[in-house]
Amino acid sequence: MYKGGKIVASLIIFAALFMIPFFYNMGKVNAGPDVALDTAAIQQLPVSDQQCVESPEYMKANHMQLLNEWREAAVRNGQTVYINSQNKEFKISLQDTCLKCHATESASKPVVLNNPVNTAGVSNPAINESPEFCASCHDYSAVKPLCWSCHFEPKEAAK
Amino acid sequence: MSINRRQFLRRAGMITALGLGSSFVISGFRKKEVAVAAGYTKASEDLPAKRWAMVVDMSKFKTEADYNRVIETCHKLHNVPKFPNPKDEIKWIWKDDYHHTFAGGHNEYLDEHVLHSPFMVLCNHCENPPCVKACPTQATFQRPDGIVAMDFHRCIGCRFCMGACPFGARSFNFRDPRPFIEGEISTEYPTRTPGVVEKCNFCYERLADGLMPACVEQSNGGLIFGDLDDPNSEVRKIISTKFTIRRKPELGTQPCVYYLVGGGDHA
Repeated sequence: MYKGGKIVASLIIFAALFMIPFFYNMGKVNAGPDVALDTAAIQQLPVSDQQCVESPEYMKANHMQLLNEWREAAVRNGQTVYINSQNKEFKISLQDTCLKCHATESASKPVVLNNPVNTAGVSNPAINESPEFCASCHDYSAVKPLCWSCHFEPKEAAK
Repeated sequence: MSINRRQFLRRAGMITALGLGSSFVISGFRKKEVAVAAGYTKASEDLPAKRWAMVVDMSKFKTEADYNRVIETCHKLHNVPKFPNPKDEIKWIWKDDYHHTFAGGHNEYLDEHVLHSPFMVLCNHCENPPCVKACPTQATFQRPDGIVAMDFHRCIGCRFCMGACPFGARSFNFRDPRPFIEGEISTEYPTRTPGVVEKCNFCYERLADGLMPACVEQSNGGLIFGDLDDPNSEVRKIISTKFTIRRKPELGTQPCVYYLVGGGDHA
């Protein structure tokens, strides 16, 4: 091969440079996101209701598919009740079902008002940041779903 | 040691194939999460119907307050913003004059009251909705109960539906609506984002909870809502016994909002 030595050597150098980050971080454990699965709001519920709509393992892996199915069922098919694998029924609502438990962390966050019309200082849950429960994982994995540009957390949680 | 170009390419190809193949073998054999057996159903309090329809009894709309109460209730519930520029206007239910509501060759000797009083107008939830046909993403669709609904998640903001709707019932969010929502924000219904179209949805979220549409509740009997398919429903009785008119019936969209003009007493 014409100038084979140089080509192979360059390839090896390229591969080495390319893999530096992998070798550099090898063996180091990254502190994962701190997801609050046992918030005050959840503890207040009776023990039988403390389990999420499905098991935590399932929710971790499949909550996005489940949310998509929920959206399809509620918005398009008018089916607003979800029957989970234990035959328990839940109302399909991001605001009233999911955020009932998962929005509590945002209570400490200040309400940001940037409303040119509404200057009366009225609490505006729509402009709040996303609830920390979702953000803790999504920030870590740099996932930015657009849920909060339309949906918002319940009033009680956003005082 | 020296290899020629052909040999180099062949070996490079084999290594690539090996790499891709082995990654597939590893990931292909990994056990996939089995979907949980689950079902969906309608809420027990959900109001069933085959063909939701509304009758607007104009005799019940006498003062400005009668109109505004209905409009404000709807717009407040659904977080409809109020933009200062009328070109950005978003409306779900609004009032319009006789000429615009029932366009096309009016009778100039009509009763003064009918000619000059505003009419309550909203999405007609047509039986043959042209907006649904125009939508390229099926973001707007007709539910089995006749309601022409929007799935804001799917709307790409092409505004074909606005061009298709002969009643001007659809509004486009040119700007972020959130800062322009007046007063306390309603948590009953989500807001919208810039770039989606919106319109009246006959309060299907309230029907699922067993409630009548918000405008109907606030209208003091001026708006009557019910199942057109049910011969005993109030709307059906009014429509079959009294003279009602619809907006632009000649277009064949079969609007489901009927106007009782002339009033209940002397119809």
